[in-house]
Amino acid sequence: MATNLLVILPEILLLILAGLILLLDVLYKDRSDSFFSWFTAIGLVLIGLISVFFNYPGDQRQLVWGGMLRVDTAGFVFRLLFVTGAAVTSLFAAKVKAIGNRAVFFALLVISTIGMSFMSSAADLIMLYLAIETTSIPMYILAGFSVKENNSVESGLKYLLFGAMASAVMLYGFSLLYGFSGTTQLYGIVEILQSGAVSLSLQLLILFLVIAGFGFKVSAVPFHFWAPDVYHGSPTPISGYLSTASKAAGFIVLMRFLFSAFSYQQTYWGLLIAIIATVTMFTGNLLALAQKNLKRLFAYSSIAHAGYILIGVAAGNHLGIKASMYYLIAYLFTNLAAFGVISIVERKKGSSEIEAFRGLVKSSPGLAIILLVSLLSLGGIPPFGGFISKVLVFASAAEANLIWLLLVGVLNSIIALYYYLQIIRITFEDTEEIDLIPVSKTWKFALGVCVTGIIVLGVIFTPWLNLVTTASTNLMLLH
Amino acid sequence: MIPLSWYLIFAALLFAIGLFGVITRKNSVAILMSVELMLNAVNINFLAFWHYHTQNSGLPQVNAMVFVAIVFIAAAAEAAVGLALIISVYRQRKTVVVPELDTLKG
Repeated sequence: MATNLLVILPEILLLILAGLILLLDVLYKDRSDSFFSWFTAIGLVLIGLISVFFNYPGDQRQLVWGGMLRVDTAGFVFRLLFVTGAAVTSLFAAKVKAIGNRAVFFALLVISTIGMSFMSSAADLIMLYLAIETTSIPMYILAGFSVKENNSVESGLKYLLFGAMASAVMLYGFSLLYGFSGTTQLYGIVEILQSGAVSLSLQLLILFLVIAGFGFKVSAVPFHFWAPDVYHGSPTPISGYLSTASKAAGFIVLMRFLFSAFSYQQTYWGLLIAIIATVTMFTGNLLALAQKNLKRLFAYSSIAHAGYILIGVAAGNHLGIKASMYYLIAYLFTNLAAFGVISIVERKKGSSEIEAFRGLVKSSPGLAIILLVSLLSLGGIPPFGGFISKVLVFASAAEANLIWLLLVGVLNSIIALYYYLQIIRITFEDTEEIDLIPVSKTWKFALGVCVTGIIVLGVIFTPWLNLVTTASTNLMLLH
Repeated sequence: MIPLSWYLIFAALLFAIGLFGVITRKNSVAILMSVELMLNAVNINFLAFWHYHTQNSGLPQVNAMVFVAIVFIAAAAEAAVGLALIISVYRQRKTVVVPELDTLKG
């Protein structure tokens, strides 16, 4: 029992943190503007450290809580990723209009992190569904959190309607999966599917239904309709969180599901995922070319990046999973930095249209350079994290003999580079007016963390690569 | 004794009606109701399968029952949040019809 409790210690602490935030809201009235941001961020970092010291599973894989959770390094790595993402997001949320000083916002953020953390280690359909809902429901509220803003409430409602439908479709797949295999444990289902007790057409139907649900979470085409509207309308720190941590949670669930329950049908889902990846990359990048709003552009770019990450999943080999994980870690820092800059500029100028960023280098050179770093990393330029992750993803496609997918990926990177460079050109344009943008210490710190992350992941990659190697090996092993 | 397949066909029809409703309905409240139909179809599936498996194996299983309870709880939470969001949209826009919510596009 004691070891069982130790395994979910980080989640228990997260729950306590959420409670403390709500309690302090009532008890501590004369707090400063960014008190909750720092409180949440420091709490999350401490929990992350505790998890590093007490919860590193090494090379062990173990089913705990009656097979509900699987403790392995993959879950560990992603839990750290979510905690880091939430900490940075809460720092960016400081002083943002209508959310900066609201305890509920931070409590919901922490609760959705608990859900994601469980998503990354769920090994049972019941736990999986519960974790997905624990993540999604607070995210619906967070997307619609600025109740005085037209865009925010609209994006919250749209997210909820799409999300509820996608999770119902996925759940129908789960019910069939349970019905025909007689168990809800992912690692038990695989044995029954392997024995051939369930017909192939039925298995493919279940696969379609479930991938529809997960595809919604990772915003893969054709389940991406919500993404542009929601990223555009949500409070900007939440858009950043949705496009990084929430996407990563969707990916770990997708990978764990495919490599446990359906690990013997790889030829089928490999092809399916490869097709989805192709469509996703093209849709994301081509639609991004036409965008006038930077948040919306980043939404389409984020759809395209889901496509790149799916290449690694489609390759389905060890290198592919490793590449996808590395990509998600690098993408976390990169996209959070980009959305952080957008959030700061938006607060000053009241708009996130691309025009508002014209001549940003004059009004704030620091912000312009951080945006430059993050865009170059997204475009896959060395020495940033995005470069290493792209190389790994493409290498995995080559190793799996998916040369056409590799070519599609490279072609798309070039298209993407066009609009990334376009934004860089606009931000570095020489303009007459100089309207200084103030950057508070909290934001400076958060942006510093992101930039450090981008550069470290691009330069000193060996330790992280070793970590994701262990994680991917353990994820792919059934026992 | 009604055979398992009848339940499954019923649930599939219910699910299809729900999905059809989600796709064709314009009012957000009606879409939420259609989602509830889909979730009910899932619950019928679960319970029918659960009954079948326990009859077949003779072993007492609880996982499907737990699943159904959790689906209920999640559906209730989702409906609560959904209605709250619908109210806040209504306060801003005086409408809850999805095609009229078109500030975000492009």
